[in-house]
Amino acid sequence: MKPAPFDYLRAATAHEALDALAHSGEDARILAGGQSLMAVLNMRLAQPRVLIDISRTADLEAVRIERDHLVVGAAATQGSVEWRASLRDEVPLLALAFPNISHFQIRNRGTVCGSIAHADPSAELPLVLSLLGGDVMLRSKKRKRTLKADDFFQGMLMTAREPDELIEAVRFPLKKAGERYGFTEFSARHGDFAMVACAAIVTDTSIRIAVGGVADRPVVEHWPHLKGDDLRGALNDLSWKLNAQDDAHVSATYRRHLVRQLGWRVIEEAK
Amino acid sequence: MSNTSSIKLDRGERRKIMLTLNGRERTGYCESRDLLSDFVRHELGATGTHVGCEHGVCGACTVHVDGIAARSCLMLAVQVEGRRVDTVEGLAPDQTLGDLQQAFQRHHALQCGFCTAGILMSCADYLKRVPEPTETDVREMLSGHLCRCTGYTPIVAAVLDVAASRNRKEPEHA
Repeated sequence: MKPAPFDYLRAATAHEALDALAHSGEDARILAGGQSLMAVLNMRLAQPRVLIDISRTADLEAVRIERDHLVVGAAATQGSVEWRASLRDEVPLLALAFPNISHFQIRNRGTVCGSIAHADPSAELPLVLSLLGGDVMLRSKKRKRTLKADDFFQGMLMTAREPDELIEAVRFPLKKAGERYGFTEFSARHGDFAMVACAAIVTDTSIRIAVGGVADRPVVEHWPHLKGDDLRGALNDLSWKLNAQDDAHVSATYRRHLVRQLGWRVIEEAK
Repeated sequence: MSNTSSIKLDRGERRKIMLTLNGRERTGYCESRDLLSDFVRHELGATGTHVGCEHGVCGACTVHVDGIAARSCLMLAVQVEGRRVDTVEGLAPDQTLGDLQQAFQRHHALQCGFCTAGILMSCADYLKRVPEPTETDVREMLSGHLCRCTGYTPIVAAVLDVAASRNRKEPEHA
């Protein structure tokens, strides 16, 4: 299991990466942390002609607070955000989600933006970004644009990114007063792909819940502060609405069960 | 990690790269698609790093890059140019086992030993960051490794033992 041959470019600057993308477009893949892409290359499920390595691109490494957002650059690893001492006060939902993402050794190298770009329907970071209403900041040689997470994720492993665009950064809204957060997921073993993942933001008057691993992208629902049977009813409606499918690991029936159970649990946890 | 110049390496082209392996400067040749795991074993001859699944699941090939534990099968050799790479050989620099290795031996934390090199490298990084882990912490960290012999319990015991004895020695740890 070795990758098929490719031309390799290590970009010293974001400009260099954008030039290469403009030149190679669909033949090129961006290599950031490589924790999904390298596995795909080793198995030759993808055979790009050009690999543009941004893992050491200094102007894409920054993780910073910008007004009311935490902005995470394309080369910043999940570990570099997870081990930030202030993360719990900045974006508590991220702090809750990180331990569920694969393993410590993978988060050491995997990037936040890479997970967003990969858009796996069961991945935790797209779920968190969608629930928080965060943004994806795209840049090509010609233009810059910022998309809401909802507009960015378009389906299983499909996004609104154009072939010449780089996700320069993503930004997560900072914690807001009165909001409480919860995150939970179920997988066969710790660190495996989630069969169902749920995140919630609860205030005194509202519930926002996001579900991953069922539909082809994270799905977010806004409810008033439901309780008891009303909440159970809403969760049941949601479990059917997601149109769960059977696959080799889990039946659709079990996925619906997990949505109802984990949904209840994550909202209770956030209350 | 800044101050990095750009590199272009066409398919099939060979590049001579320099890196620091276990504290020693080494050079070797690689092509763009060569994995770090293969480069360390076949080009540099450090065969202590084992290759299991080659897609990041088993953890056997875990090494340190600039002190951070990472899967060497999910990195390209060319990516470590100019960087510090540490492998299991570096845990016993003067042919004496380090404290982690001694604890693994004491607790029978290995049988066939195939997964051990990677687990040791993960533990070495993790204990630097979390000097007083709970059993749950250790088990979560170990979830990134597959061991089919031990059932993990002796590995957990060995790691907790090392943490406790390091803490006894350095009550003022950072």
